[in-house]
Amino acid sequence: MTLSSTLSVPLTTRTAAARVARRRAVLHWVAVHSVAVAAALFFILPFVFVFLTSVMTDRQALTTDFWPHQWEWGNYLKVWRTPGFLTWWRNTLVYAGLGTLFTVVSSVPVAYAMAKFRFRGRNLSLMAVISMMMLPPQVTVIPMYLFWAKQLHLTGTLWPLIIPMAFGDAFSIFLLRQFLLTVPNEYLEAARIDGCGDLRTLLRVVLPMSRPAIAAVALFQFFYCWNDYFGPQIYASENPGAWTLSYGLESFKGAHHTNWNLTMAATLLVMAPVIVLFFFAQKAFIEGVTLTGVKG
Amino acid sequence: MALERMTVARTEVPAALKRKRRRETARTLAFLSPWLIGFGFFFLYPLISTVYFSFMRYDGFTAPVFTGLKNWDYVFTKYPFFWQGLQNTLWLVVVMVTLRVAFGLGIGMLITKLKTGVGFFRTLFYLPYLAPPVAATMAFAFLLNPGTGPVNHFLGKLGLPQPGWFTDPSWSKPALTMLAMWGIGDLMVIFMASLLDVPKEQYEAAELDGAGPWQRFRYVTYPNISPIVMFAVVTGVIQTMQYYTQAIVAGKVASGIIGGSGQAFEPGYPHGSTWTLPQMVYSLGFQRFDTGSACVIAVVLFVISMAFTSLLLRRNAGFLSSED
Repeated sequence: MTLSSTLSVPLTTRTAAARVARRRAVLHWVAVHSVAVAAALFFILPFVFVFLTSVMTDRQALTTDFWPHQWEWGNYLKVWRTPGFLTWWRNTLVYAGLGTLFTVVSSVPVAYAMAKFRFRGRNLSLMAVISMMMLPPQVTVIPMYLFWAKQLHLTGTLWPLIIPMAFGDAFSIFLLRQFLLTVPNEYLEAARIDGCGDLRTLLRVVLPMSRPAIAAVALFQFFYCWNDYFGPQIYASENPGAWTLSYGLESFKGAHHTNWNLTMAATLLVMAPVIVLFFFAQKAFIEGVTLTGVKG
Repeated sequence: MALERMTVARTEVPAALKRKRRRETARTLAFLSPWLIGFGFFFLYPLISTVYFSFMRYDGFTAPVFTGLKNWDYVFTKYPFFWQGLQNTLWLVVVMVTLRVAFGLGIGMLITKLKTGVGFFRTLFYLPYLAPPVAATMAFAFLLNPGTGPVNHFLGKLGLPQPGWFTDPSWSKPALTMLAMWGIGDLMVIFMASLLDVPKEQYEAAELDGAGPWQRFRYVTYPNISPIVMFAVVTGVIQTMQYYTQAIVAGKVASGIIGGSGQAFEPGYPHGSTWTLPQMVYSLGFQRFDTGSACVIAVVLFVISMAFTSLLLRRNAGFLSSED
C-alpha cells in the first residue's frame, strides 16, 4: 500500500507533465504545418493559375475570371500544331541530348585526374576550373561568335553550343571531382595490383561507383541545355529552323499577344518535360545539388 | 666490384624514376586533354581577344582599327545605360540576393522542423526551381500583368494598390525578385543538408541552459551553418552578375516588342530599370554592331566576377580543399 502510494504520486505528476508536453508538441505540429501549407501555396499557385488560364477560351482569357467556364483542351493541340513547334522540340532534344553525352564523356577523365592524380599545378587547374565555372558566358561570347561565324560558318545552327561541350564542362568537372575525392584510394590501389591500367581502373572500378554523381551531372547538363536562352539567342536566332523551345517560347507571346491562354499552354508544355524527368530522378538530382554546395 | 654494382644501381634508379615520372605526366596530360583544349580555346583565347577588341573600333564587317581608350571613354562617360546597369545590379545584389538567402534558409529550416509530409513539401518547394527561366518568366509576366493578371485582381479585391509590376520602373525589380524567390529550390536543398549536420547535442545543451528559439538559432544554428550562408551569398552575387534571361524576357513580354530575329528590342524596359551588364554586351555587340564597346562591358563583367570568385576561393576553404 505504502509502496503503491509513494509510486502513484510521481506517476500522476509525470503523466500530467507528459500531457502538457504532448499538447505543446501538437500545437507545434499545427503551427509548423500551417506555415508549410502557406509556403506551399506560394510555390504551387503560380502553376495552378498558369494551368487554369491555359485551358480557357480565347474570349475568357481576356477577363479576370480565373476559373475556366469551358475547358478548352484544344489549346494544347493548337500549340502543338503551331508551325515550328515540333522543330523546336526536336532541336532542343538534339542540343540537350548530344550536349549531355559530350559533357559526360569529356568531363569524367578530367575530373578523375584532378581528384586522384598527383601533379604539379593540380591546385592551379582546380582554380582555373572554378574560374571558368563562374565566368558569365557574355564575357567570351563576342570572339566566340566571330570565330563560329567567320571561320566555320556555323551560326544559324546549334553546333556552336554543342561542340564546346566535347571539351569538358567546368561545372560538371567540379561536381564529379568533389564526388571522386570521396572514393577511397584503396580501391584504385587494389585495381592497380590486379594489373589494371589507369583507363581500365577508371572504366571498370571508378565509373560503376560514380553512377549517382554521373547521373546528377547528366541531369544538370540536360536541364542547362533545355533552359538555355542566351546561347540559342546568339547563335540560332537568325534561323527559326534552329530555334529551341526556350528560345521559341517567347515568340508565342508575340504571335498571340492579346490572349494569354495559348502562351500559357505553351509555357506548361516547355516546363512539363523537365518536371517529369525530375520525378524520375529526384534522388540523384538532390544529391547533386548538395554535392556542389557543401564539401566536408 | 661491389662498388661498381652500387654505381650502376645509383645511375639506374634515377633513370627509371625519370621514366616513370615522364609516363605519369603523359598520363595526366592525356586525361586532362579535353579540358586543356577547352580551357585554351573557349576561355583563354576569347578572354584575350575580348581585351584586344576593347581597344579597337570594329563593326564585324570592316577590318578592326585601333582607337586606344575611346571605347572605354564611351562606355564610362557617354553610354547612357552603363551606370544605370551597375545601379540595377547593385540593387539586385542587395535586395534579391539577401531575400533569396534569407528565404532559402527559412524554407530549409521549415522543412527540417516538419514531422509529417517532409518528402511532399520538399518536392513541392523544389519544383519551381526546375521551371525553365523563360517559361517561369512568362508565367510571372502573366500572373503580374496589370490587365488580367490574378495577382492584381486579388489585390484589388482586398482594396490594396495594384502596381504595374513589369511595366512600372519602380516595381519591375521587385517583380523579378519575387520570381527569383519562387525558384529557391537550390538554396533550400543546400541549407537543409547543412542544418541536418548541426550536432543535436549542441541543441540539447542550449535547451538545458534555457536558451529560447532565437538564442538557439543565434548561438547554435548560425555558427554551424555560417560557411554555407557565406557560400550562398557569394555565389548569389556571381549569379547576379550573369543575370540575363529573366530580365530580358520580362522586358520583352511587358513591352510587347517580341520578334524572333530582326525586330529590335532595346533591353532595360521599362525606362532602363531592368538593364544589367550582360544585356549590354548583347545590345552593343549584336544589335548595334559596336564590338569594341561591348568588349569593354565584357571586361568589366569579367573583373567583377573574378573578384567575387577569388573571395569564394579564399573564404570558403572547404570549397577548394584538395585532400583525398
